[in-house]
Amino acid sequence: MPATPIYHALKVDARKCIGCTHCMQVCPTEAIRVRNGLAAIQQKRCVDCGNCMRACPAHAIYVEQDDLDKIKAFKYRVVLFPSVMIGQFPEKYTEDQIYDAVLKVGFTHVFEVEQPIGFLKDSIREYRRRNKKHKPHISTFCPSVVRLIQLRYPSLIDHLILRKAPHDLGAHFAIEQLKKQGATEDEIGLFYVTPCIAKMTSVKSPLGEKESIVDGIINMNELYNRVMKIISTKEAPDISDQREMLTRDGILWSLTRGEAKHFGERSMAIDGIHNVIKFLERLENEEVPELDFLELRACDQSCAGGNLMSGNRFLTVERLENRAKRYPPAFKFKDHPVQQDASSIKQKLVADKIQPKPVFQLDEDRERALEKMNKAQRIICFLPGIDCGSCGAPNCQALAEDMACGQAKMSDCIFLQQLWQDEHKISTSKALQNVERKWGKDRFKADCNKRGKRNEGF
Amino acid sequence: MELSFSIQGGDFTRAGHASSEVKKKLKQLGIDAKCIKSIVIALYEAEVNVVAHAWSGDIRVEIDKDKIQTKITDKGPGIPDIGLAMQEGYSTASKKVREMGFGAGMGLSNMKKNTDVLNIESVVGEGTTVTMINYF
Repeated sequence: MPATPIYHALKVDARKCIGCTHCMQVCPTEAIRVRNGLAAIQQKRCVDCGNCMRACPAHAIYVEQDDLDKIKAFKYRVVLFPSVMIGQFPEKYTEDQIYDAVLKVGFTHVFEVEQPIGFLKDSIREYRRRNKKHKPHISTFCPSVVRLIQLRYPSLIDHLILRKAPHDLGAHFAIEQLKKQGATEDEIGLFYVTPCIAKMTSVKSPLGEKESIVDGIINMNELYNRVMKIISTKEAPDISDQREMLTRDGILWSLTRGEAKHFGERSMAIDGIHNVIKFLERLENEEVPELDFLELRACDQSCAGGNLMSGNRFLTVERLENRAKRYPPAFKFKDHPVQQDASSIKQKLVADKIQPKPVFQLDEDRERALEKMNKAQRIICFLPGIDCGSCGAPNCQALAEDMACGQAKMSDCIFLQQLWQDEHKISTSKALQNVERKWGKDRFKADCNKRGKRNEGF
Repeated sequence: MELSFSIQGGDFTRAGHASSEVKKKLKQLGIDAKCIKSIVIALYEAEVNVVAHAWSGDIRVEIDKDKIQTKITDKGPGIPDIGLAMQEGYSTASKKVREMGFGAGMGLSNMKKNTDVLNIESVVGEGTTVTMINYF
């Protein structure tokens, strides 16, 4: 397997991180350790779910993003955003007012990505018809879930539906539309506004496609702030032709059950990464009934709860559900002239095979892995089982495994050190030195001005 | 590498705990996904058997570099006719157990299908010992 490094959008700001273990405790893949008083994310284990960013009381975990100035290089500056973006604005702003403000930011065209959703729906149907073997079929909509399966559930990889995401659909559709207006492909700059970190990563290092079609990526909360600054309270010009192909099904696609309701007789929708993990465990053990289709999303309330969204997730769902009622269902476009583009766009929605990346192996060599596992099992006998995180690992088991792999020491456990002091095996000052090495010098001295002293939101 | 678990008869909510733990370990060893699946399915069936039929049981798992051996020992009613119990669809599970979605009579045959070696010893009125071996 070629070892191409995965780009991850999540970064830790060393100036802001207070080394407090909140992120470490919520990571579903145990990808975070605290070293030298700072959180460190193990890139190969990260699934970009953003739980750490949500949990950080110091706002030290952030995402990189492209410079908005990048759009200036193009004649046709297209902003692509998922429908949930509209949902987070207060109801008093109409769709046209929001569109108008987005254009004022500097774009020339606005396209919501879930159009024409019928193309993607048909393409998924076709995949499911041709690949009946590995049921239930699992949607590849949520990139965090796809990564989770690659890393932790490689035996389920053949269940993934090899079709691309709505942002690919929207991008290809926008290109076709603009070409009809006389644009050439290199004059078109496509910028995707993402509701979450995982989509950001999947655009920078795509899963199941060689290179991404999108030219740049914008944080949804960044665009939200910009739009709120310039949005007009007056009536805005009607540019509804740019959402001509938007349908009820498209608007609801990124919400929970948005996909599941379209596929199979027995389909399920699960949101929240810990719920997804529990279900995948069962699925892998064949402890579930025969199912046709699984829609799995890392965020609670799916994309409405995306970690780069500004609004309240439930209010967002509510606005979108209301909005959807005003739009026609997808089948209304069955005989529309847009169907001329159907076959060429559908072809572009086919994704490459997704490879497993089992990162939880203790060693490439099985015999050595077994040795390490035995070692970890011996070490665990000495650890207190409190899972306090004071060693810089999320729990005692993880510390034992880190030790077996040579990445941690017995003295990292503060309770063991205490015991050793009592047995006069180690001096008090040596013990303090060890803890300071892990958590930073002078970390334990009283100081009202130290980093993180006022971390409201604890 | 050794692991041990205890099972309480009638505690369906905990059935599957041992198989999930074993699965985690096998993934850390880098065992082939298909092989892990077979082991986990067989072990889960064995767990459910103890929960559904016996009073209590113990699981001992030994993992070597080339194989995994699982020994499930229970105190329970035992199996009077092992040959009959191996037949697909044959079940002595109570109505209550069946209502919970278990007891379809596929347990032992499913275990047979998913293991390289399956050995069952049983004494009626005392209990059953199941030994399973899977080679990696």
